[in-house]
Amino acid sequence: MLLAFVVLLTSAPALAKHASDSSDTCLACHGDKGMTTKRGGKTVSLHVDGKKFGGSVHGAVGCTGCHADLEGKDIPHPKPARVVCGSCHSSEQDLYAKSLHGKAVARGDQLAPRCVSCHGNHDILPVKDKRSAVAPLSIPFVCGKCHQEGTAVAKSRDIPQHDILANYTESIHGEAVLKKGLTVAATCASCHTAHSILPHTDPNSSIARRNIAATCTKCHGQIESVHRKIIRGELWEKEANVLPACVDCHQPHKVRKAFYDMGMANADCMRCHANPNLKAHDGRSMLVNENEVAGSRHNKIACSQCHSEVNASKNRPCETITKKVDCSKCHEAVGEDYGRSIHGTLTAKNDPVAPGCRECHGTHGILGKADPRSPTFATNVPALCSKCHSEGKKAALRYTGAQHNIINNYTESIHGKGLLESGLTVTATCTGCHTAHRILPAKDPNSTVNEKNIPATCGRCHNGIQEQFVNSVHSPTVTHTDKELPVCSTCHTAHTIKRTDETGFQLGIMNTCGRCHGEIAKSYFETYHGKVSRLGYTNAAKCFDCHGSHDIARIADPRSHLSREHVVQTCQKCHANATRRFAGYLTHATHHDPKKYPILFYAFWGMTGLLVGTFIIGGVHTLLWLPRAFEMRRELKKAEAEEEAALLAEAEAADASGKEKEQ
Amino acid sequence: MSSPQNQHPNVPESIGHSSSEGGTPRHLEKEFVRFRPLERALHATMVVSFLSLAATGMTLKFSYTPWARALSHVLGGFQTAGYIHRFAAVCMFGVFVTHLVSLKNLRKRKYPSWTNMILGPNSMLPTLKDGREFVATMKWFLGKGPRPKYSRWTYWEKFDYFAVFWGIFIIGSTGLTLWFPILFTRILPGWFINLATIIHSDEALLATGFIFTVHFFNTHLRPEKFPMDTVVFTGQMPLAELKRDKPMEYENLLHSGELKEKLAEPHPEVVVKMIRAFAWCALAAGFSIVLGIIYAMIFAYR
Repeated sequence: MLLAFVVLLTSAPALAKHASDSSDTCLACHGDKGMTTKRGGKTVSLHVDGKKFGGSVHGAVGCTGCHADLEGKDIPHPKPARVVCGSCHSSEQDLYAKSLHGKAVARGDQLAPRCVSCHGNHDILPVKDKRSAVAPLSIPFVCGKCHQEGTAVAKSRDIPQHDILANYTESIHGEAVLKKGLTVAATCASCHTAHSILPHTDPNSSIARRNIAATCTKCHGQIESVHRKIIRGELWEKEANVLPACVDCHQPHKVRKAFYDMGMANADCMRCHANPNLKAHDGRSMLVNENEVAGSRHNKIACSQCHSEVNASKNRPCETITKKVDCSKCHEAVGEDYGRSIHGTLTAKNDPVAPGCRECHGTHGILGKADPRSPTFATNVPALCSKCHSEGKKAALRYTGAQHNIINNYTESIHGKGLLESGLTVTATCTGCHTAHRILPAKDPNSTVNEKNIPATCGRCHNGIQEQFVNSVHSPTVTHTDKELPVCSTCHTAHTIKRTDETGFQLGIMNTCGRCHGEIAKSYFETYHGKVSRLGYTNAAKCFDCHGSHDIARIADPRSHLSREHVVQTCQKCHANATRRFAGYLTHATHHDPKKYPILFYAFWGMTGLLVGTFIIGGVHTLLWLPRAFEMRRELKKAEAEEEAALLAEAEAADASGKEKEQ
Repeated sequence: MSSPQNQHPNVPESIGHSSSEGGTPRHLEKEFVRFRPLERALHATMVVSFLSLAATGMTLKFSYTPWARALSHVLGGFQTAGYIHRFAAVCMFGVFVTHLVSLKNLRKRKYPSWTNMILGPNSMLPTLKDGREFVATMKWFLGKGPRPKYSRWTYWEKFDYFAVFWGIFIIGSTGLTLWFPILFTRILPGWFINLATIIHSDEALLATGFIFTVHFFNTHLRPEKFPMDTVVFTGQMPLAELKRDKPMEYENLLHSGELKEKLAEPHPEVVVKMIRAFAWCALAAGFSIVLGIIYAMIFAYR
C-alpha cells in the first residue's frame, strides 16, 4: 500500500499543473456547499471541499485524474462513472478483487465494502497521517463500522466470531491501540491484511491455520524462544497443522496476557465433554473430568494444546481432529527415546499390546513422577510394569528369555524390599535399570541391561563398586579373553538380588564362582573352609573373603588381597595372629593331584592303604571266627538246656517226694 | 530282685514249676570281677567322648551329604559341634592320662617293678604266647584244632588296646595342630595343616570304622555272647563264662587261690538294665555312624 502511494507521489508533479487547472473548473460548481441533486428520490449533496481535496493525497491528481470520463465534458455533465482506483492502485485492486470483500462486491453484495468504504473519497490522506481514515488508531472503527454487533453485516452474514470489536477493544492489542495509542500494536489489518482479507478456511488467508504463526511472528519475532520449553520452534511452521496454532491458546480478538491456562478453549470443549452421557462411536465415554485435569500436572495446559488440530471456528471444534494426542510434540527428547525403545518400535508396528505414553502416565489426570500418587512414582513403578510383565500377563507371555517371575522376584530382592518395605525412593526400580523410555531387550547392544552396559548401569548408583570393578580381573579392560567375563548380574542376578550379608548369598557364592572356576571351587570344598561353609557356617572364609569381591586381581598382581604383600593381612582378618608361615596353608589343596600336591597325595593313599589293610585283616579274622562262634553258641544253648532239664527233673523229684510226705 | 530269692525255698504250689524258678539259683551265684570301677568308668567316658568325636567330626568330613548337614544342625550348628568335638577331645586326653596314672598305681600296688609288670602273664604287651595263640586260633577257625586256652588278655584285645594308643597319638597330635594352627605353624610349614587334616580325618575314619565293626563284634556281639557282653561296664561276668572264654586265666586263678578274692555279688537287676540300655545306645550310635560313613563313601562320594 505504501509503495503505491510512493509511485503515485513520484508521478504526481507531471500531472500537477493540468490537474489544478481542471480542479478549479470543477470546484467552480462543486465548491458550492448547496449543490445537490436528486437520485432515486433522495437529495444527495454534490459538494466537494476544495481545501480538503487539495490537501489530500489526490490533490495533485485533479478531479479528472479519477473522474476521467468527465474530461472535456460540457456542463451540465452526466453522472460520472464509478471511479476505478485500480487504474492507479493496480496491485491493491488485484488483492482486493480476490479478497472476501472484493468477491462479495463482484457478487453484487450491497453490504460489501469498496475502496471508498474504508478510505473515503475526496479527503483521502496518507496512511501515516493520523487523520487518515485508515490510520492504525482508526482501523478498528473503520472495520467496526460493519463488524460489530447490531450492524447489518453482523446480523445477516455468517461470521464465526462474535463481538469482534468489543472483544478486540478489551484484548491486549485493542488496549494498546485504543487506550494507549500505541500505533505499532496489531489492528484488524495487521492480522487480516488491508486488501487481501480472506476467510480463515482459505489456505492463502493470513489467518489460515498454517499461516497464523507467520502472521503473528511478523510482530512477535522472538516468540519461539518464549515457547521453546513447550514447543520446538521450527515445528511451528513446518508442522503447523499438527501443532497447536497461536490462536488455539491465544484466542483471536480476545488475546490477553494471562488467561490461556483456563481459556475459553477449555470451556468450549467442556460444553460437550462435561456430559457424562457423551459417548464415542465405539461406546467409550467421552466424559472429561475437569477436576482431574485441574489436579494434574497439565493443569495449565489447554485441551487444544494436546488435542491439536481443533478448529475453534467449527461448531464442534474437535471434528477436524485426525490424529491421537502426540506427547512428543512437547516432550520431544522423551519421544525420541521412546521411539527407539522396544515399546516404541512395537507401537510403530501397530502392535496392539505395546504401551504408549498413556498406558504408563495416564491421560487427563497425569501427574509428575515426583508425586506419590502418580503411577510413575518410584514406589508405584513395579506395580505399573507388572500390569504387563508379571507372569501370565501380555508382555510376559511373549517373552522368551530366561527371566521369570520378574515382579515377584524383584519384590523379594534387596531393591524391592528397599523400595516397597522401606519406602526408599532412590532404590532401583524397574526403570532404574531399564530406563523409563529407552527400554530395550537385554540382547540389544544399546540396552542399559546389555551385558556390556550393566556395570555402567549399576554404577549409576553403585559408583564406588563400579570403580573397583573396572580395574578388577573380571573387567574386559584388564582381562582380554574370548571367554565370557562376568558382570554384576552374573553373581548378583538381575531380579533376585540379595543382601550380600545374607547367609543364602554368602553360602551360594562358591557355587556362583564355581560356575566358571569349577575346579578351584571343587578343591575349596575339600578344605576346612569349604566343608564348614557347606555346613552353613558363614564365618569361614569364602571366595570373596580372601580374593575380594569387586576388586579381585590376579594373585601375582600386587594389588591382590592374596599377593605376597597382602596375604598375611588377609588371613589376619579372621586369624588375628596369623603369620606368613600360617598363610602357607593350601586353601585349595586336593589330595587327588600327585604333581601339584605330592605330599598330600601320598599321605592320603598311605592312610587309605592303612585303613583298607586293617579292615581286611580285621574283617577276615571276624568272618573266620563267625562259624566257630555260632558253634560255641549252639553248644552253650545245648548245655543250658541240659542243665535246665536236670534242674526241672530235680524239682519234680522234690515235688513228688513232698507229695508222698503229705500222703 | 530280692523277692524271688527270698521266696525260693518255699515256693507256693500254685505257682507251679516254671522254668524261671529253675534259672533263679544262678543269680545267687557270685560273679567274677574282671574290671575295677575306674576301668569301667574310663571305658564309659571313652565311649561317650569317642561317639561325640566321631559324630561331630564326621559331619565335617562328610559335609557334602544331607545327613551330615542335618546332624550338624541337630548338634546346634557347626560352631557348637566344634565345641563338642574339642570338649570330647579333652575328655579323651583325660581318659588317656588317667589310664597311664592308674597303670603307675597298679605297678606300685601289685608289681615290684615295671619289667615285672610288662613281662608278667597279665601284660598288655604282645608276647610270644600271643603269636602261638594267634596261630592256634587260625587252626581253630579252620577246624584244625581246639579253641586255644586264652588267658587274661587275648591278642585281639591287645590289638584293640594299642590301637587306642596309636589313635590317641596320631589323631590327638594332628587334632591339636588343627585346633591351634597358628601356634603349630610357628614351627611347621603351612601345608602341614593340610597334611594334618588328611591324617586326622582318615585315621579317625579308620578308628571309627574299626571300633564300630570289628571291635563291636569281637567283644560285644559275638554270637556266643549275644545279645551283648557288657562286662566292661558291669565289671563282672559269670564264672562259667570266664571258664569257657578264658580257661587259662580261670585255671591260673583257681590254682593260685586268687579266684575267691575276685568274686562279688551280682549287680541289682535295675543297674544291669541301665547299663544294657547305655550299651545299646552306644552300639546304635556307632552303627548309625558306620551306616552314614558307608553311605557317604559309596553313594555320595565326590
